[in-house]
Amino acid sequence: MKKDIILQISVRSIRLNFLRSLLAAIGIVIGVVAISSMGMMGANMTMSVTEELSAMANVLVVKPDSGGGGGGMMGGGGSSSDDDYIDKDQFDDIERAAGKYGNVYPLYQESDTIKIGDEERRATIYGMRDEDMATILTVANGTLPQTSNAVVVGPTFAENNDLTIGSRITIGDEDDEEAIIQKVRVVGILEEKGMSMDLNSDNAIIMTEKAYTGLYGGEGEYDQVNVILYDIDDADTATEAIEDQLNRKEDEVQVQDSSRMMESITSTVSTLTTFVMAIAGISLLVAATSIFNVMMMSVTERIREIGILRSIGTRKSEVLRMFIYEAVILGLVGAIIGAIMSVILGWLVVLAMVGTTKYFFTFASLIYVPVSMAIGIVICIVSGVYPAWRAANLDPIEALRSD
Amino acid sequence: MNRSSDGRTMTTVPVIEMADVSKIYPLPSGDVLALDHLSIRIERGEFVAIMGPSGSGKSTLLNQIGGLDVPTSGILRITGRNIRKMSDDSLTDLRLNTIGYIFQKFNLIPLLSAYENVEYPYILKHRCNDTTGRVSKLLADVGINKRMAKHKPAELSGGQQQRVAIARALINDPDILLCDEPTGNLDTKTGAQIMAMLTALHDQGRTVIIVTHDPSIGAQAERTIRIKDGKVES
Repeated sequence: MKKDIILQISVRSIRLNFLRSLLAAIGIVIGVVAISSMGMMGANMTMSVTEELSAMANVLVVKPDSGGGGGGMMGGGGSSSDDDYIDKDQFDDIERAAGKYGNVYPLYQESDTIKIGDEERRATIYGMRDEDMATILTVANGTLPQTSNAVVVGPTFAENNDLTIGSRITIGDEDDEEAIIQKVRVVGILEEKGMSMDLNSDNAIIMTEKAYTGLYGGEGEYDQVNVILYDIDDADTATEAIEDQLNRKEDEVQVQDSSRMMESITSTVSTLTTFVMAIAGISLLVAATSIFNVMMMSVTERIREIGILRSIGTRKSEVLRMFIYEAVILGLVGAIIGAIMSVILGWLVVLAMVGTTKYFFTFASLIYVPVSMAIGIVICIVSGVYPAWRAANLDPIEALRSD
Repeated sequence: MNRSSDGRTMTTVPVIEMADVSKIYPLPSGDVLALDHLSIRIERGEFVAIMGPSGSGKSTLLNQIGGLDVPTSGILRITGRNIRKMSDDSLTDLRLNTIGYIFQKFNLIPLLSAYENVEYPYILKHRCNDTTGRVSKLLADVGINKRMAKHKPAELSGGQQQRVAIARALINDPDILLCDEPTGNLDTKTGAQIMAMLTALHDQGRTVIIVTHDPSIGAQAERTIRIKDGKVES
């Protein structure tokens, strides 16, 4: 039987100073738990956000090129200046280019003063073609508008303004003499859609194309054209197709690809995760100090023993090994306990912070457990190197003389 | 890897050969000459007492012979090998294979049992546990039974600890038994038993070197080397 006596001595030294060693290992436990649970939280958040966003990321928003190249990402600019619109021919071109990649529909959009009861406020008003309404919108209550004085409203809008089926809204500024005033009736309330790039229907009034053009004119002058892609991977191809079709001579339109926004949000989350993990890493630094301290104490207390070991034929490298083993054992014990605890605590943190643990048992999430274990063990070894080196290089004569 | 020594084959070579050895400790207040051109020769199988008052250079001499320290000048050969030319690892191996230490304070490893203390140098040398029964035999020879062998040094009396230390010193069959005040921490009766044990080992043909300031101990040796001020007196 092969027996590593050096390892035996290390193990016994730890057992002899059990409490002290345990306290040092707890530092590593905390460090490992902190790093891995923060890492797991970040990973779970990224996965969760990615899924939520990818539901809305399958949209290309085509807007008239305003020359300056600006235009808000969220499609809620609201102003349709007279020259900036997509005309019918351009819309046909877009449909021809991108029709095979997704559902193409035009949208009118305006921000206007409205009055509900006695209360005046501003609201976003969309105009949509009848056939698009049927495919794009889902009514939770009531029906889609058929006539010029009927509208549907989003659920948030309805709630904020106490609107029900049959409520009346006056669109247009009554104080402005030039403005056209239109009284409409709510015939339907939409289902909640969530954040979206193309159409923020939750907090808007939506009316038919005819009703919209009756109010604001400009038939066939769309504010934006949306492409709801069948497959999100076609985003680049469809964007290119549209740009090839319309922007050959000059930039007529700009295409906003919402997957870009998703990428930037995901990268923000991972930057934040890295930052939080770095803060958690400070706890490992504290742990390193305590391991270093325990190792130095172990060396100082055992100077005489080191002298004996050296005098009866233990090599420097063997003494070094003895103390490195000690650090490794502390690190291993700390890391293993830390790993078990970080699965439990990580699960709780993810549940509390992300709201769902459905991504918890995935590779991208659980990988933080072995990674933080490795960091913990490496930190232990690094903190043990100097004390071990000191032990190995003690003068055996001096060491033997000490009490 | 086997770290065994080859010194034993050269039977004509003295175990210790010191020629004009000096040891100087540089101190801020000036150099201290601990060993002053010392020449000593100890043959195989001798029983030698090195005596001298404290501060005589006795301990320094012991450290040189024990391979713990190297001379500043002169030639020191242990079983024919010049220790001034040896690396730290070679010196360590020399201590493991060629020298059996017996200390005044016993110096057993507190974390290991009596049995493991004896086995420790064997494992260092052979890279495996003792399966030959050598550890048990040596412990029996020095009067430590199996039950006592399981105890940690702190649970043994001084005499028992020194017996374990003797067994440990013998485990790798060394050329030299080097004893530093081996009875210094023992009562007279136990001390006498330990001395009897060392004398018996010498009778079996071992080279025994005892460093002591106690004349009654020194008298039991075949030859006495007196050290004073780093020089051989007689």
